[in-house]
Amino acid sequence: MASLSTRIVIRATNRELDIPTGLFINNEFVPSADSPNDLIHLVNPATEETICTVAAGSVKDIDIAVAAARKAFNTTWGKNVTGFERSKLLNKLADLIERDQDILAEVESLNNGKPFKIARDFDIGDTIQCLRYYAGWADKITGQTIEVDNKTKLAFTRHDPIGVCGQIIPWNYPINMWAWKVGPALACGCTIVMKPSELTPLTALMLSKLIAEAGFPPGVVNTIPSLGSVGGAALSAHMDVDKVAFTGSTVTGRKVMEAAAKSNLKKVSLELGGKSPQLVFESADLEQAANWACLGVLYNTGQDCTAGSRLYVQDTIYDKFVSLLVSKAKELVIGDGFDEKSGGGPLVSKTQFDKVWRYIESGRAQGAKVVLGGQKRPGKGFFVDPTIFTDINANMDIVSAKAIFGPVLAVGRFKTEEEGISLANDTSYGLGAGLHSNDANQCMRVSSALEAGTVWVNQYNLLNNNVPFGGKKQSGIVGRELGSYALDEYTSVKAIHWNFGEKLDWPL
Amino acid sequence: MPSTFTHEFNAPAFKAKVSFNTGLFINGQFVDGSDNTTIDVINPTNGKVITSVSEGTPKDVDLAVDAAHAAFDTAWGLHTPGAQRSILMSKLVALMEKNADELAALEALDNGKTFNWARNIDVAGSIDCIRYYAGWADKITGQVQETTEDKLTYSRHEPIGVVGQIIPWNFPLLMMAWKIGPALACGNTVVLKPSEFTPLTAIRMCHLINEAGFPPGVVNVLTGYGNTTGNAISSHMRIEKVAFTGSTIVGRKIMEAAARSNLKNVTLELGGKSPNIIFDDADIEQAVNWAIFGIFWNHGQTCTAGSRIFVQEGIYDEFFKRFMEKTRSLKIGDPFAPDTFQGPQVSEIQFNRIMSYIESGKAAGAKVEIGGERHGSEGYFIKPTIFTNVDPSMKIVQEEIFGPVCVLIKFKDEEDVIKQANDTLYGLAAAVFTQDLNRALNTAHRLKAGTAWINCVNSFNSNVPFGGFKQSGIGRECGDYALTNYTAVKAVHVNLGHKM
Repeated sequence: MASLSTRIVIRATNRELDIPTGLFINNEFVPSADSPNDLIHLVNPATEETICTVAAGSVKDIDIAVAAARKAFNTTWGKNVTGFERSKLLNKLADLIERDQDILAEVESLNNGKPFKIARDFDIGDTIQCLRYYAGWADKITGQTIEVDNKTKLAFTRHDPIGVCGQIIPWNYPINMWAWKVGPALACGCTIVMKPSELTPLTALMLSKLIAEAGFPPGVVNTIPSLGSVGGAALSAHMDVDKVAFTGSTVTGRKVMEAAAKSNLKKVSLELGGKSPQLVFESADLEQAANWACLGVLYNTGQDCTAGSRLYVQDTIYDKFVSLLVSKAKELVIGDGFDEKSGGGPLVSKTQFDKVWRYIESGRAQGAKVVLGGQKRPGKGFFVDPTIFTDINANMDIVSAKAIFGPVLAVGRFKTEEEGISLANDTSYGLGAGLHSNDANQCMRVSSALEAGTVWVNQYNLLNNNVPFGGKKQSGIVGRELGSYALDEYTSVKAIHWNFGEKLDWPL
Repeated sequence: MPSTFTHEFNAPAFKAKVSFNTGLFINGQFVDGSDNTTIDVINPTNGKVITSVSEGTPKDVDLAVDAAHAAFDTAWGLHTPGAQRSILMSKLVALMEKNADELAALEALDNGKTFNWARNIDVAGSIDCIRYYAGWADKITGQVQETTEDKLTYSRHEPIGVVGQIIPWNFPLLMMAWKIGPALACGNTVVLKPSEFTPLTAIRMCHLINEAGFPPGVVNVLTGYGNTTGNAISSHMRIEKVAFTGSTIVGRKIMEAAARSNLKNVTLELGGKSPNIIFDDADIEQAVNWAIFGIFWNHGQTCTAGSRIFVQEGIYDEFFKRFMEKTRSLKIGDPFAPDTFQGPQVSEIQFNRIMSYIESGKAAGAKVEIGGERHGSEGYFIKPTIFTNVDPSMKIVQEEIFGPVCVLIKFKDEEDVIKQANDTLYGLAAAVFTQDLNRALNTAHRLKAGTAWINCVNSFNSNVPFGGFKQSGIGRECGDYALTNYTAVKAVHVNLGHKM
């Protein structure tokens, strides 16, 4: 029988702590209702050791969680709570996360592998800001009054909370992705059943504890760690879930949308994969462009949906730039997340590790040239060093297939602006894109032409909580996160036509 | 050296010793006024001096404007991103929450309103307001407009710069929050003049502003008189915007001064003579309760006071009987006693003014049904007063009294009352009591007022716009509407290829 909490030891920081390992429903940690012996085993990707086990939720557990969320929505949340109250609670939650940032960062690093300092200062730092940003929206959800006929009718819209939301989040930024989902949903008055990734559920469970501590009523946020094919599928197909939000692979995104269509036509938002390109033009600051290019594909060890995994360099500066790029990429130290020297951690799991190596092998096999990396490390841990391929073409898997999701970059060349744009857009994805140029008009032309939901000019990868984020094409055209735009995902518009002066003659 | 105000509060609701510096707050420091003069702060329950605060002069306004400009050009304005402004404002909220009882006690001591009202409405409302605007600070967005493919056009919503704010004595802390909230959220720096009658909570807020960590010069507060300090602000060549809440008479002066100086942007929230209309089918008990709240809350010192109460023929007698009964039961006295409803008027000047309106009503032949005289022999207490038998030409019907004095008028029907209700230079608020929703909406829509209350009066929310029609004011406060007052819109046209 799965226990409801466990003690883990983090050797690197000499910390012992109790982590909740049950399912979080109605502000309490409980065992599975019908499969108490199903467990999820969590692995430290730097050492391959087991960290602990958590309860695995079943379809029945999802039912119970949805019922709890529905009850809360009808009684203590939804329209029963004011925006001011929601704002206060979200701010309190942000304060608690700030209080516990070190512990949360340590567990995030232990479970996901990313460097501790990055987890704390970036993942959690951004998370705190994100929740505060949405706390500020909670009392500002306004509808419109619309002039129809001043003598007889008052017409206005209410932006109601949409209801019970299923949220399915990935393993690459467990805490940050949790905040991106929870923030706007709670701000709008929705209740949540959250399914964290089965690879990295620990911090979601710790955050659930803070939800209770902050004072959210029971049932407002529920957390069910489970396999995607169990919990994720159950949420997408649930007849009493009003909306499902998913971040993950395009393959799974399709399944979520299908299940939503087949069940109750619930609202869907998807943030999926990418094969994002960067273009380096001859007028660019090459030093800076090389830095941003490295950040683009190596940050989070390439496990980023917007990873700039394809790079196209203008002919005239190709040789100079590539040698600059290689020398910079070499400087990144991939290692244990608790080692001060590590700029990046291991990949999150064996599955991901094997997948990335298959891509690297395919690159070689299909004739690309390895100019950096490409060597497997001996010993424990899912470490992959920065790997750069040149002499690529559009038929290679490393260029055209799905996202590699590792520190692997494919570098190509182009002559004209048109050719660059064409190469960049030659993908069924459209999540991010970057361009580097000092020609202002070129920057505007190219940023207009790139088919991506986020285009970075002379930068890459950096987001802001108040700027919308999402994809075009198969990266998830359905919905946007961040900024005021995320509120649309959690709002359902009701138009009210209030007649106060028109009499109807009958029959017409 | 500016004096330190020390006071021992010893009321059941609040027992503490309070002590703080009372100088002008310029560039993060408390300093003497340039002329080294002071203004006495009077306790309105007994006319005695509580303390004195430094008096600001036009020279001090110059110093404050310099400090505000320096802060705007270096540490505030567009140099501090919205998210950072939001954090500082949230810190201020936390400090206000921590010191809520003290702020309420200071307000009650200085203004005369009861501690309970101060705590539950003034202080609570101020906290909500600043929290609300802290949330807007990182959400000031412009637009991108579609023109042609060879052009990028967008608008920036920039802070205006140094803004002047002049606030009244009826809700000292709340009016400060309504002003600095949106101004700071949008990135402006502030030169604020509280009323010379009620400076204490504004000065206490300056200490909290320092404690919260706002850069020096972002908020500057000058206690001083309207015709010197206030006038210096409205006519200052380096203040780009002035916001004023107070009487219509002074509002005119401010607008004139703005026009004569540098055409600064002006928003005004002025007086009112708001009608409270009660139809035959109103829930009588509720209508009476709200009518009491409408005119006697805050001692009638509310710009939206429902001072003209129109009651339809059919329920007039019943309403009158219950209204009188309820009015009789109101307790007047010590603001710190837990069951007091009404304290003193804020000052001797106000007291005299209200008493003279009462005399004019009597002289014009109106009937005093209750009150109409001073309460007690100490301080500025006036008994809740109801006049009947009035006609529209009387001063007590046309002019804003700003005291616990109302006129009760019988009316026939909808058309009749809407005409009477709109027969005023003012247009701040109006209230309608009826169970017939069609009539409620129709009437509310036809009343020329910036706020129409249906089955309530004097009900405010930080996120709902507030302001007047006609001579009750220009511009709106609260909600996102207030942001427009503190934003300068710049349109940027980027030519991408159109050759000339």
